[in-house]
Amino acid sequence: MTALVFTLVVWATSMAAGFLGALTGLGGGVVIVPALTLMLGVDIKYAIGASLVSVIATSSGAAAAYVKEGYSNIRIGMLLEIATTIGAIVGAYLAAKVGTHAIAVLFGLVLLQAAYETVFRARHDGTPIESDALGKRLRLGGDYPVDGSRQVYGVHNVPLGFSLMFGAGTLSGLLGIGSGAVKVIAMDRAMKIPFKVSTTTSNFMIGVTAAASAGVYLGRGYIDPRIAMPVMLGVLAGAFLGTKVLVRVRVRTLRLVFALVIFLLAIQMIVNGLRGRI
Amino acid sequence: MAMDDRRLETIIGNLLRAGVLTAAALVLLGGVMYLAQHHSERVKFNQFHGEGAELRYVAEIADGAAHFRSEGLIQFGLLLLIATPIARVVMAVVGFYLEHDYMYTVVSLIVLGILVFSLLHAT
Repeated sequence: MTALVFTLVVWATSMAAGFLGALTGLGGGVVIVPALTLMLGVDIKYAIGASLVSVIATSSGAAAAYVKEGYSNIRIGMLLEIATTIGAIVGAYLAAKVGTHAIAVLFGLVLLQAAYETVFRARHDGTPIESDALGKRLRLGGDYPVDGSRQVYGVHNVPLGFSLMFGAGTLSGLLGIGSGAVKVIAMDRAMKIPFKVSTTTSNFMIGVTAAASAGVYLGRGYIDPRIAMPVMLGVLAGAFLGTKVLVRVRVRTLRLVFALVIFLLAIQMIVNGLRGRI
Repeated sequence: MAMDDRRLETIIGNLLRAGVLTAAALVLLGGVMYLAQHHSERVKFNQFHGEGAELRYVAEIADGAAHFRSEGLIQFGLLLLIATPIARVVMAVVGFYLEHDYMYTVVSLIVLGILVFSLLHAT
């Protein structure tokens, strides 16, 4: 394959990844890693480097729009970021000590369950407007745009959300992928945060977590400019489109897309875990 | 003008946009130069060799970019991209402080501390 063809194929794939990543708050790794390794035969280490670049590009590219329009909640993001970053360090430490195959399979099964619940057990009782006691004390509540006006929401079950975020960070440190999924699920289901605020706040957070790893992997020589260049440019274009669509898309549709992507992630995890590739 | 959440969000949003666009411009410039020279070359990434020092360390990358080497320019743009989320946390520390919201100043400082720790610890 010539450099030009490779660049164009990776660019187009990355655009799809950035689009899905910005919409769902999951980053682009779910698409980038299998596309590079399975479709283009790229070594997994280069793929991991490219995937980190894609996560940061999705996060910063989309966050520029989401933060300004008042979707993502910086307080929730920062508070929970403490749990994810510490979790990521613990996970990276544990990765050297425990077998990750079984964990990958287990995580895959958890994601399958979450995909099912996101679609079929969606909260219909509406988002609570008042925060619970701790949510109030931490001033986590906020408002976000719905049909031209701003909808107020409260935040609940902070300790449970915080613990789940720690778990999300640990998993991402252990398995190198998938923390965005747990973040969205924890905010949506445990903390009762509106779905669009959950996905956009997750989007805001994943960049911070990925930046720490990206520095490390750059130093180890995992980031090849010839691969990362089309990845970054494609992802940014896709993420930009994603932010335009998010504003208009119905929550129901967004849940379906989210469930589909974590379903694919679950299958990836289970297959890789069983084949001992993770 | 007093700092409030809305204003902080706008500033962080603008900062992110400026950082991302500058990074993208550098990567695009490097990419065009790279393709102009190598577009018909065969590429294969099925074996991991690891990048050379000139594409791994900040000083070397900056040097490559300053000499307008295509891969150095791309890598420098990527460095800038990697820096944007960190800059975002720094901005939050400053912003919350100016809002006199000391609880979240501390929260953001803790996040920044962990980030710096994991970057230093690993390298």
